[in-house]
Amino acid sequence: MSATSASVTADTFPRLLRQHASQRPDAPALREKYLGIWQTWSWRETAAEVRAMALGLAALGFKRGDNLAIIGDNRPQLYMAFAAAQSLGGVAVPMYQDAVAVEMTFVLENAAIRFAIVEDQEQVDKLLEARDTLPQIEHIIFADPRGLRNYNAPGLMSLEALRAKGDAFDAANPGFFDAEVARGQANDVSVMLYTSGTTGKPKGVCQTHHAFITAAQGGVQFDHLVGTDNVLSYLPMAWVGDHLFSYAQFLVAGFTVNCPESAETVMTDLREIGPTYYFAPPRVFESVLTNVTIRMEDASRLKRWLYDGFMAVAKRCGADMLDGRPVGTRDKLLYALGNVLVYGPLKNTLGMSRIRVAYTAGAAIGPDLFRFYRSIGINLKQLYGSTETCAYVCLQPDGQIKFDSVGTAAPGVEVKLADNGEVMVRGAMVLKEYYKRPDATAESIDANGYFHTGDAGVFDSEGHLRIIDRAKDVGHLSTGAMFAPNYIENKLKFFSHIKEAVCFGHDKDNVTAFINIDLTAVGNWAERRNLVYSGYIDLAGKDEVYALIKECVESVNAELATEGELSHSQIARFLILHKELDPDDDEMTRTRKVRRGFVAEKYGVLLDGLYGGKTVQHIDTKVKFEDGRSGSIAANLKLSDAKRFPAVTKAAA
Amino acid sequence: MTDARKIGDVILKVDNISLRFGGVKALTDISFDVREHEIRAIIGPNGAGKSSMLNVINGVYTPQEGTITFHGEVRQDMDTHQAAENGIARTFQNIALFTGMTVLDNIMTGRNLKIKSTFIEQAFWFGRARREEIENRKKVEEIIDFLQLQSVRKTPVARLPYGIKKRVELARALAAEPTMLLLDEPMAGMNVEEKQDMCRFVLDTNDQFGTTIVLIEHDMGVVMDISDRVVVLDYGKKIGDGTPNEVRNNPDVIKAYLGAH
Repeated sequence: MSATSASVTADTFPRLLRQHASQRPDAPALREKYLGIWQTWSWRETAAEVRAMALGLAALGFKRGDNLAIIGDNRPQLYMAFAAAQSLGGVAVPMYQDAVAVEMTFVLENAAIRFAIVEDQEQVDKLLEARDTLPQIEHIIFADPRGLRNYNAPGLMSLEALRAKGDAFDAANPGFFDAEVARGQANDVSVMLYTSGTTGKPKGVCQTHHAFITAAQGGVQFDHLVGTDNVLSYLPMAWVGDHLFSYAQFLVAGFTVNCPESAETVMTDLREIGPTYYFAPPRVFESVLTNVTIRMEDASRLKRWLYDGFMAVAKRCGADMLDGRPVGTRDKLLYALGNVLVYGPLKNTLGMSRIRVAYTAGAAIGPDLFRFYRSIGINLKQLYGSTETCAYVCLQPDGQIKFDSVGTAAPGVEVKLADNGEVMVRGAMVLKEYYKRPDATAESIDANGYFHTGDAGVFDSEGHLRIIDRAKDVGHLSTGAMFAPNYIENKLKFFSHIKEAVCFGHDKDNVTAFINIDLTAVGNWAERRNLVYSGYIDLAGKDEVYALIKECVESVNAELATEGELSHSQIARFLILHKELDPDDDEMTRTRKVRRGFVAEKYGVLLDGLYGGKTVQHIDTKVKFEDGRSGSIAANLKLSDAKRFPAVTKAAA
Repeated sequence: MTDARKIGDVILKVDNISLRFGGVKALTDISFDVREHEIRAIIGPNGAGKSSMLNVINGVYTPQEGTITFHGEVRQDMDTHQAAENGIARTFQNIALFTGMTVLDNIMTGRNLKIKSTFIEQAFWFGRARREEIENRKKVEEIIDFLQLQSVRKTPVARLPYGIKKRVELARALAAEPTMLLLDEPMAGMNVEEKQDMCRFVLDTNDQFGTTIVLIEHDMGVVMDISDRVVVLDYGKKIGDGTPNEVRNNPDVIKAYLGAH
């Protein structure tokens, strides 16, 4: 495959792009659904547009080492913007497109952004607002001109105009572009990704071409990705996972990146494209399964019987067949029949018929969820990594899948555990530095070049890494017993009725939990019981729902009772929150990780109520709407006890 | 933002319109004009005659007195077909869509007037029929993109929430590529977010296509925000006419309408 030879010779992203454009000019590089039709850019067209875009930026004064902000949904033009900035030796700085202007200000200021390429009016408005306090933002270039015709802010320009400028610049300075691409070094910083900031202000993680190309090559070889593969890109471009899968691996393997028509059409687009390589955080897999389950519950009796029957077969032998382990002839035949009647059509409906490899990462995935996908023949695997490591530390090898581990060290990566259980990694994919934060860089990379991930983990007997919690989150109850909040929260979240959970217990006598119910799942559950409710708050406060959640909590407790030291951290009391935790209220990060400390502080009254033994607690909460206005919600929350179980010693499994 | 948009000459003028249903006087001696590219609102309390006024403009009702001047042509009443052919499209207060058909098909019906091919051509799918279908579909897809209806393109209208149905109605009206759009309470019954979206789309339509818009609306906030000029009716009589600010300060209007709140 020409793709592999490309990865050997070219050592920067612009050179990789040029190589694809010359070796396979007519192969599809990018696709986007527009006006109901999939529009395709070949590698040649992609390279030409990148060139025009880069030279347009050069004409405006973009120089080597400058940062280019990129904000918007996944669009071909925005992926090209990465390459355009890098062609000139600049650094691409993708930012979360759903952040409000105030949140953007920090990154815009920190990265000293003068140039920004954005998707549409929404982002332009935010940048113009930010410019009031940050006059350094000189040029704002937009891809979609809708609604912007009458804007006359200085420095505002359409992408089309930028490319025209670029073409003119090219005519006046022939050879400039090629010389700039030639000047690029593999050790130049190619992209700066801001960490989600679970703790404190976001930090800009500087990654070089070399780091991301190494990580991408490792993954491409590990999973045998080729130029004819297809991916659907719908996760935020500012997220390291998308950058690895939809940019770095795209340019290394030379496969096709497909951009959905809009955020709401992802499921339809997925079906139309039928990607061969797929990446999604657990919550996407979870919501798909929830939808399937709900629709099956409403299906006719015959269909339900077929589904239940064959899913039992799949559960028994599907995963084994996928891993190539021996399976009885009867099961083989039944599975083949199930494939025709149930699994095949189901995968087709979900757009997963052609998937060869699917990955999930970013959060723990429930064992049932994981087994469901594997049992119907989707090769779903887990990986482990972070922004600082190009999302590339551990991968699960085909045939050796365990739901509770993240696999073995990826090719070219050294992984070891510190004395306190913290995972440390070394390799080419470790970050160069935190932008303008030598203190943070020194803190996280030690003298031997190991990056301290901050995650606590253990290796099992076969060398598979298991992540337990954030190292700093692992605390102790006042009795001295270990308390790993994330571990318990994940167990809770594996129930489809629980969307989010936050556990407390460090320095306390026992463990308590805040629960967010899943409105879709619990709503459907309520409807089937003729339980009337008006909305989230109402549903969350129902006694029946409390009973339902109590069951979940108690079964987690029963499980914990069998897990040695963790048996002490069974949940004593819990409550169901009256509102969903939301990034807009700073309760979660943009990647939807709970900020436990912030939540504890904000809902201090509730926490005191739980530990004070109260049964009802009043609370008044401020909420922020997406347009920046704020309001408040008041509620009387019930606080409930949960049964705990005596510790059981389990024979080592 | 309105600075850059050029408001042109008067394209529609109604003079001394009176409309009676038996003994009920729906409209009495109403005169006002609409300029090209402007957003013109008609407001008033319930039963003030707003919808009747819109129905007179687009030919559903024939007034007993008065004249309508559209593009310089003076006439006693408008004919609905003529109105459509002259580039007037409208939406309805109570959604009037084909509920069993998909969003796409509903919007395609808005292209009806643009179809020139014969029945035979369409039946056998050749010649003009094919070409036109492709052209019309392209136009419709542009509107779907414009109003962000991509995710419901193939969904039957009956399954859509109210706010989206309203948007589909606007889409169908836009499919006719109107020069003047009559919107009968486009935001009635919507929640705040849906209203904001609709405002955005109305403004974008006006901005992007230069469509002249006459709208009836109850929500005073919306009217004051997006209209260039406002006509105020009360009991079938005109009691105010001017920019939102002028109207807001008009004592008659305050008494009849704003004061009521």
